Amino acid sequence: MSFFSFGQSAEIDVVLTDAETRKKAEHKTEDGKKDKYFLFYDGETVAGKVNVTLKNPGKRLEHQGIKIEFVGQIELYYDRGNHHEFVSLVKDLARPGELTQSQTFDFEFTHVEKPYESYTGQNVKLRYFLRATVSRRLNDISKEMDIVVHTLSTYPELNSSIKMEVGIEDCLHIEFEYNKSKYHLKDVIVGKIYFLLVRIKIKHMEIDIIKRETTGTGPSVYHENDTIAKYEIMDGAPVRGESIPIRLFLAGYEMTPTMRDINKKFSVRYYLNLVLIDEEERRYFKQQEITLWRKGDVVRKSMSSQATIGAQRFEGSKSSVSSMLDLKCRA
Amino acid sequence: MSDPTVADTRRLNSKPQDLTDAYGPPSNFLEMDVYDPQTVGVGRNRFTTYEVRMRTNLPIFKLKDSTVRRRYSDFEWLKNELERDSKIVVPPLPGKALKRQLPFRGDEGIFEDAFIEERRVGLEQFINRIAGHPLAQNERCLHMFLQDESIDRNYVPGKV
Repeated sequence: MSFFSFGQSAEIDVVLTDAETRKKAEHKTEDGKKDKYFLFYDGETVAGKVNVTLKNPGKRLEHQGIKIEFVGQIELYYDRGNHHEFVSLVKDLARPGELTQSQTFDFEFTHVEKPYESYTGQNVKLRYFLRATVSRRLNDISKEMDIVVHTLSTYPELNSSIKMEVGIEDCLHIEFEYNKSKYHLKDVIVGKIYFLLVRIKIKHMEIDIIKRETTGTGPSVYHENDTIAKYEIMDGAPVRGESIPIRLFLAGYEMTPTMRDINKKFSVRYYLNLVLIDEEERRYFKQQEITLWRKGDVVRKSMSSQATIGAQRFEGSKSSVSSMLDLKCRA
Repeated sequence: MSDPTVADTRRLNSKPQDLTDAYGPPSNFLEMDVYDPQTVGVGRNRFTTYEVRMRTNLPIFKLKDSTVRRRYSDFEWLKNELERDSKIVVPPLPGKALKRQLPFRGDEGIFEDAFIEERRVGLEQFINRIAGHPLAQNERCLHMFLQDESIDRNYVPGKV
């Protein structure tokens, strides 16, 4: 902002070369609103024009240089002053001098590495943006344009099912099974709960999806849990030998891919929480981590993915019997 | 041939249920009743006892059908034992009603029918919540309270 009414000022805006064709993606802002931004993937070129428009035509604009930067940074909300830049590219557009009229500058950041997905969370934000700056002695004129980056994965080679026997000694023994350990964001969780021993009076059972955002390192690690979904899978009292099916469609929930130790600054992990509630409102629960990944929109009709689905259904999967006291009870 | 882009949502295979399990009595049968309040004693030394009956098929209880007589202070004793020894959050008892024990009341105080009924309901809720708790079922004090003729306050606390 210029506090001086005399002198020259300018407006900057950044326009991408492929603004007409490039897809936009919705992304949550810090205050919860949803906005659309241009969508980029790792390795894509970021190119366009910087328009510098003089506010008072006829007057000259003196400047110390015009540049454009491509920045990828992590911002921890409790440490706003320090931005951790993991990508930082600069292109000089003009050497120090003066502009006599509005001008447009071309730029291109070729095959830019964008290693992480854009993320706006409770305590941390990871964002990518272009920043065009006209440097001046007293105050710079700059303009930022945020973009959104998605990280894509392909069907994992190994995607074993999760199968475990848990319980409370002599009270409740169940075997739960989820068909995969890695799910993509539009996948379906198919599973079942098999009751081996039921000596308590169960009222109903639900499965919750919990998102845990972890920020900080060492002694000051902070977890922020958020229940993304609660889905009742059984209403009523089961007995021994009963099998309750699970079919949970993930596409309806707002989730991100699993992000592990991003630049050593934060993690976003997802857990399935199986909860049984008895007639006295006591809760018995078992939490299990799942990996979420983002599938590309392009259909990949490969033999390996068909084989994977077939194998999951008919092949015997490894089952692990964990400690009988693994089921937690909370009154 | 199934389309690999559409997820397979067919149910996972499971063992068929044994019919005796499906139609037999459930293994979680537990019924607790607190009823038949009787006021015993005379004058200042009166107190009310309640019959506590438990019917169950849980193997952890020695007797499948037991009846004992307990008074309010016995319930208090049980609550204190559980709060000290077990890790569970013990539900609340109905109130002590100290005001009702003061002299010069217009009514019968703690021997009022309405009050006794209110207390009976509270005690029944309390014991129902406790007896069905898997962690409380491991405590000796609960078994003694429910199935022993009288409570031995000098017992050795511990797990069953």
